[in-house]
Amino acid sequence: MISLREIVVTFSKGTPLETLALKSVDLNIDKGEFVTVIGSNGAGKSTLLNILSGEALADSGSLFIDNEELTRRSTHARAGLVARVFQDPLAGTCEQLTIEENLALACGRGRRRTLNQALNGKLRNRFKEQLERLGLGLEERLGDQMGLLSGGQRQAVSLLMATLQPAKILLLDEHTAALDPKTAAFVLELSREIIEEQTLTTLMVTHSMRQALDVGSRTIMMHQGRIVFDVTGKDREGLDVPDLLALFEKRQGESLTDDSLLLSG
Amino acid sequence: MNQIAFLGAIESGLVFGLVAFGVFLSFRILQFPDLTVDGSFPLGAAVSATMIVSGIDPWLSTLVAAIAGAGAGLITAWLNVRLKILHLLASILTMIALYSVNLRIMGRPNVALLGEQTVLTPFESGSLPYYITTPLVFSVIVLIILVGLVAFLYSEIGLSMRATGANPRMARAHGINTGRMILLGMGISNALVAIAGALFAQSQGSADVTMGVGVIVIGLASVIGGEAVMSTRTMLLAVVACLIGAILYRLAIATALNLDMLGLKSQDLNLVTAVLVTAAIVFPGMKRSLAGVFTRGDS
Repeated sequence: MISLREIVVTFSKGTPLETLALKSVDLNIDKGEFVTVIGSNGAGKSTLLNILSGEALADSGSLFIDNEELTRRSTHARAGLVARVFQDPLAGTCEQLTIEENLALACGRGRRRTLNQALNGKLRNRFKEQLERLGLGLEERLGDQMGLLSGGQRQAVSLLMATLQPAKILLLDEHTAALDPKTAAFVLELSREIIEEQTLTTLMVTHSMRQALDVGSRTIMMHQGRIVFDVTGKDREGLDVPDLLALFEKRQGESLTDDSLLLSG
Repeated sequence: MNQIAFLGAIESGLVFGLVAFGVFLSFRILQFPDLTVDGSFPLGAAVSATMIVSGIDPWLSTLVAAIAGAGAGLITAWLNVRLKILHLLASILTMIALYSVNLRIMGRPNVALLGEQTVLTPFESGSLPYYITTPLVFSVIVLIILVGLVAFLYSEIGLSMRATGANPRMARAHGINTGRMILLGMGISNALVAIAGALFAQSQGSADVTMGVGVIVIGLASVIGGEAVMSTRTMLLAVVACLIGAILYRLAIATALNLDMLGLKSQDLNLVTAVLVTAAIVFPGMKRSLAGVFTRGDS
């Protein structure tokens, strides 16, 4: 189980630009849950994700994964527990390395790296098998440089890379936002398949309310550094975008103007 | 250019091939512009020459030179990784400090190695003249290092190092300690440069505190030149290109200085180097931008 307790994050502390990105966030995620996170720009979605990945550290509060405290552990030291797919397809892969080298790199997550050759026949066969399921023909292009692939292809490979090794939680950071609608749908479907297959505990940040309700088993909405609501199970079934907006309005006690425009897409 | 001048160019090309390997590791693999090289090259020379003069085995002295070079690289990397000093500045600080360190090691500005036991001495008694044996011995050393370096770059740790330079954020997300990779890479890089310095001193017959001036430029010229003349698609090709670049560079310099009609003298060496490096950087770029006019490539 993942648990965040009273997490507070401040950016640019001690300067005129000081902003409270997260104001005491409490969140428990059970094993196997697929949580979707929505919220407008600056709501704290990405900060929440960065707290889990270690790219941002909390000013106060604590983070536990299976009773192991990770609050102050650096990104690389917790990578064995946390897998991640970035929003930018270019960020999740290494364009100078070949497809198989990228995958081999991902195979080392959570393991000690040695001076043994990074690639061998056994690994290549495993990669081919994994790449075949994408249906993109990449299994024939193991030795091609990653930079030759399109954004969608790279994002699909990023997803494979994140799920090659076991992890306690998979973080998806608007990982379909930079793709065209058709490719986005493909990558989202692939994510669902892999997550279901490996029963991965997942946290997916998205800009789209539609997507947030369509996939996953639980939805949380963030606003101004707080979790404003959290729906799961029966309450979540049959919920539609207007319901979500109404719910949000009720919780906030204020009318939505800009935010509704941003979120209803 | 006569045969001796030609073989002399090959010989120093081999030595500077090692410098090019080091520069390739820092500039290309780690994306870490490292000027420590100008200090670690004479450091290697100073350490090995001082040890040889006091009667220590030349191979051991070369090994200790490599360790000293690794130490210099580690200091630069540490300044950058732990103290967050800009990489270029960190390397300049180490380079400047090494000037004093090198003077201290040698106790004077230069140490002569004439008549001393060097790694080349055992091969001098044969029937072949020195200007043939020296490049032969150096080619064996350089080839062994080349094979080792390529094998390293294809290893799990080598791959992590390449990812550290190419995409540090992604590397960290996959559990790579990028700070440690920079330390390791800079250590190896400067160890190679120090070996080059040690071999150079032993073949030239002296170590001099000023011998490091412009070494980084020669190293860069070799790396860039190698990339200009051949494909560097794989790690093996890229490392071989460094060596080819270094040899071609030394040949080009030897040719330029040997052409009487140009009126160049040996004191013009650094000027010629700067011009060659500028040309090597500019021309491939021009080729690419010209190509860009006719194709829809984005580079």
